Amino acid sequence: MRLRERLEKGEFVITCEAAPPKGTDVKEALENVRRLAPLVHAFNVTDLQSSVVRMSSWALCALIRQEGFEPILQVTCRDRNRLALQADLLGAWALGIENVLALTGDYPTFGDHPQAMPVFDLDSVQLIALIQTLNSGRDLSGNELSGRTDFFVGAVVNPTADPLEPHLLKLRLKVEVGARFVQTQAVYDPEAFMRFVRKTEQLKVPILVGLIPLKSARMARFMAEHIAGIRVPEEVIREMEGAKTPEERRKRSAEICARIIRKVRPHCQGIHLMPMGWDDLVPEILGLAGLLG
Amino acid sequence: MLVSELKPKEEILGYLREGERIFLVSCGGCADVCEAGGEKALSSLRTVLQDAGHPCVGETVIPFLCNKVLVGLRLSRLQQKVESADAVLVASCGVGVQAVAAVLEKPVFPASNTITYGAFQGVWPSEERCARCGDCVLAYTGGICPLTACPKGLLHGPCGGSYQGECEVERGRPCAWQRIYDRLEALGRLDLFLRYKPPKDRQKERDVPLSRRKSLFWALEYVEGE
Repeated sequence: MRLRERLEKGEFVITCEAAPPKGTDVKEALENVRRLAPLVHAFNVTDLQSSVVRMSSWALCALIRQEGFEPILQVTCRDRNRLALQADLLGAWALGIENVLALTGDYPTFGDHPQAMPVFDLDSVQLIALIQTLNSGRDLSGNELSGRTDFFVGAVVNPTADPLEPHLLKLRLKVEVGARFVQTQAVYDPEAFMRFVRKTEQLKVPILVGLIPLKSARMARFMAEHIAGIRVPEEVIREMEGAKTPEERRKRSAEICARIIRKVRPHCQGIHLMPMGWDDLVPEILGLAGLLG
Repeated sequence: MLVSELKPKEEILGYLREGERIFLVSCGGCADVCEAGGEKALSSLRTVLQDAGHPCVGETVIPFLCNKVLVGLRLSRLQQKVESADAVLVASCGVGVQAVAAVLEKPVFPASNTITYGAFQGVWPSEERCARCGDCVLAYTGGICPLTACPKGLLHGPCGGSYQGECEVERGRPCAWQRIYDRLEALGRLDLFLRYKPPKDRQKERDVPLSRRKSLFWALEYVEGE
C-alpha cells in the first residue's frame, strides 16, 4: 500500500531518511535501503542537506523506486528557481516518484560551498502551492501540461521551535495551500511535542514525529546548543553521559528513541527516523518501541 | 534618487478593511520628482479612497520621508489626526514606508512600488531597507521588509532556523519574521501574516525600462550629453 493510502486511512507510518552519496557510488545507500525496506514504509531522500553537495535527491529516489520501494523526494528552495523546480518535479513524476516533501533549505554558508548564490525564488509555502498547480495540469504561468502530476505533498515544522507561534501560522498556511502530511524536526522532549500537537489539532493533518538517534553526550549537547530549535532535555544528555563504551552508547541511544516513540505514539500518525549514518540501529529502535512486525 | 510608482488602486484597497479611516503621508523628495509622491499622489490617493468609502482623516507631505527624525517630528504635531485613523497609507519608496511604520503603532501600508535606486539615495541607507523589488509587500509584513531583513527573502513566515528571535545565518541578527510576527500581533493584524502571497514577479527587480531611468545620474550622463 502506498504512503498516501496508509496516511489517509489513518494507519501508523514509519519513514526513514536516506542520504544520497557524495559521489556516484550508490552501493552503500542502496544496501541500507534494502536492509531497512521491510521495516519502514517510505524513504525520505535529502536534498543537499546542510547545503553540502551530494548526488541529487531525485536520482536516488528513482533508484529506490527501481528497487520497488517508495521514496519521498525532498525539495528545497535554496538551489533552484521556479523554472528548475518545475523541470525537476515533472521529471521526478515521470520517474515514478509520487511523494514530495517541501522545505525552505538551509542557507549555503552552512555547507561545503559557502560561496554559492542562494536562490530562494519561491519559499516553502509557494513551493507547495506550485506543486498543487502542477497537480492541476498547469505550470506556474498557467500553461497547459501534456500529462499532469499527482504528487502527495508534505511539509516540515519544528514542534519545539521557540517561540512557536510564527511557525504554527506558517504550518497553517502550508496546509491551506496543499500540504497533506507533516514530518517534523527531531524531537527529544515528548512533553513539548504534546503541547505542539494540542495547538495543531484543528489542522487535521497527519504528523510524523522526527527522531535523530544521539550518538554521544557531546552530540546531544552540540545539538542542544548549536542547532536552531532542537531542544534536548538535560536529563537526556546526562543519560548519554552515563554510557561509557560504544556499545553502551548505541544501546542507550536506541532506548531513548524508543521511549520517545512510545510516549508520542498515541498523539501522532507516525515517526520519521533520521539515523545520520546509524542506519543499522533502526531495527533495534523499532524493536524496543514495539514497532517490529 | 529612488524611483517609485503608485500601485494599482485595487491592490491598495485590498489592504484595507471596510470603511477604515486613513491618514495619508506622501514623500516630497524622490517620490515627488517621479510623480509618485508630493501633492500629486495625495490627490490621486484621496480620490481612490473616497470613491471606495474610506474617510481621509488627514494628510501631510514630508520632504524626504527617509529622514526618520523629520518624520517623527512632523507626525507628532499631527498626532490627534493620525491617532483617529485606522491605518496610514504612504506614497514613497520602501524606505519611507518603513520610516513611518517605525514611529507609529498603527498598520502602515505602502501606496507605491519602488523600482530602482537611481542616483541620490535619500538619507537612510537604502539598500539595507528596500530591495527596490518593484512589488512592495510591506502591507503584509507590518512595515518590515522581508526581502532586506531576511537573508532568504521569505514571504510566509520564518524558516526552521529561526530560534529565540535570532536568524540562523548570523548569531545576534534578529529573525525578520519573528519581528514581523511580533509587530503584526501587537497591531492585531495577524490576518495579514496568513494571506497567501504569490511568487514575486522578479522581472520588476531585474529590468528597469528606459522610460523609468529618469535618475539624476542617468539624466546627467545620457540626456544632457545628447
